[in-house]
Amino acid sequence: MPSGLINANPTVYERQERRTRNAPADVDELAVEPIDQLEIFDILFYIKDPEHPYSLEELKVITADAIEVDDKRSHLRVTFTPTVEHCSMATVIGLCLRVKLMRCLPPRYKVDIRVEPGTHATEAAVNKQLNDKERVAAALENPNLVDMVNECLAPSFE
Amino acid sequence: MNLADENFELREVQRLEGHTDKVWGLAWKPATGVNGIPAILASCSGDKTIRVWEQSPATGSFHCKAVLEDAHTRTVRSCAWSPCGKLLATASFDATTAIWEDAGGDFDFVCVSTLEGHENEVKSVSWNASGSRIATCARDKTVWIWEVLPHNEYDNLTVLQGHTQDVKMVQWHPSVDILFSCSYDNTIKVWAEDGDDDWHCVQTLDESSSGHTSTVWALSFNAGGDKMVSCSDDLTIKIWGADIMKMHSGDGNADWRHLCTLSGYHDRTIFSVHWSRDGIISTGAADDAIRLFVESEDGLVDGTKYKLLLKKEKAHDMDVNAVQWSSMEHKRLASASDDGTVKIWEFSQKKIQL
Repeated sequence: MPSGLINANPTVYERQERRTRNAPADVDELAVEPIDQLEIFDILFYIKDPEHPYSLEELKVITADAIEVDDKRSHLRVTFTPTVEHCSMATVIGLCLRVKLMRCLPPRYKVDIRVEPGTHATEAAVNKQLNDKERVAAALENPNLVDMVNECLAPSFE
Repeated sequence: MNLADENFELREVQRLEGHTDKVWGLAWKPATGVNGIPAILASCSGDKTIRVWEQSPATGSFHCKAVLEDAHTRTVRSCAWSPCGKLLATASFDATTAIWEDAGGDFDFVCVSTLEGHENEVKSVSWNASGSRIATCARDKTVWIWEVLPHNEYDNLTVLQGHTQDVKMVQWHPSVDILFSCSYDNTIKVWAEDGDDDWHCVQTLDESSSGHTSTVWALSFNAGGDKMVSCSDDLTIKIWGADIMKMHSGDGNADWRHLCTLSGYHDRTIFSVHWSRDGIISTGAADDAIRLFVESEDGLVDGTKYKLLLKKEKAHDMDVNAVQWSSMEHKRLASASDDGTVKIWEFSQKKIQL
């Protein structure tokens, strides 16, 4: 491991076995299927950690249980757990989650992103920044940040 | 809610399409939309352009007459007409504020000046009542005051430091040269001059003065200038009051006091608030809705003197970033949204069906 990393030796967990959804045999293909927790997890789990060659799932930064969806009200809340309390990459991870969701979800969705309470030294500041749309919009006009985010979102990592 | 409340409506008159990204800001051109002069509205967007829309006298509908591009290289966050309507100032994330002039009056806007100095994203721009000064604010936590000189020259008078986080909006008082700024640091600051272009912060409205507990996004004054409304990420709007006679007496700033807090009406961030000339407060919020509030005698018991007049759900398909009443046609409201559209609304009393 090269030195200078925020968390040089993160705990890596095995990938969870997916719960399978119990789809009824006679599926009405035209019926509107509400977006659920697993569907959201399926679009987020593979995202690469900004400083490790592991996915957010493998580092348990994100779990299916930390995703709360209310499809009727078009509301989604994602709670992530930084690997260390002083993780300076927390805002980048949050930005990755937000960008991925912006690209995948219907525009009617309202998304709140936060760090798991008690898992980050500057929790309130990180949450405030991630949910300030003006700051997010400005960050997404910063080519360096966008490159960083896109690298984490690249589908090659599996 | 009593029956009288249901007799008002906010009717969508037109939906203006053309921007290709979020629309962040709006400004009605002063002295238009009255005396046979067609109404003119400017909008600015994440698509880096400003659009100028004019109402056709024949059909009453708005058309895009100009697209102002090539001056800003990033999101244009806010726009403001000079009081005389000759100039349009636009603030951008590219750290500059551009001044546009339509010299020929034929929607042939030319960028005549660029105000540079902020370190990063400029978020708001405001002209004082006489048009002699401009204020700008940025993520760099500073507020700048510029003097408007002849021949499109602008001179930086002062750089005001005091906010501890990015400054979301600057707004001059409508009749006295006192400047207000609100910030991500949860405060509103009041800035005044004590002669010799010496500006300083004379008041900070924060949590200890019954202020907001999260980012303050916007503020607006009533027609008389003795009341101010602010809106916040804390899901409340707050009404503030000051002694306007004292302000006009040249005593400098009168203290602004918290009058009341309207909570429980919004459940997502309130980005924009605007007080109409005839007393109706409109808000634009992240729940896609527009709400109208009005002063009321009913609520005196619990100390709240304002009531919700109506809530327009799904006013837009996405967040409402800006609401702006026309200063001339009192019943006309414009709104701007993340959905890329601008909408024109008409507020009216419903005809009662007998």
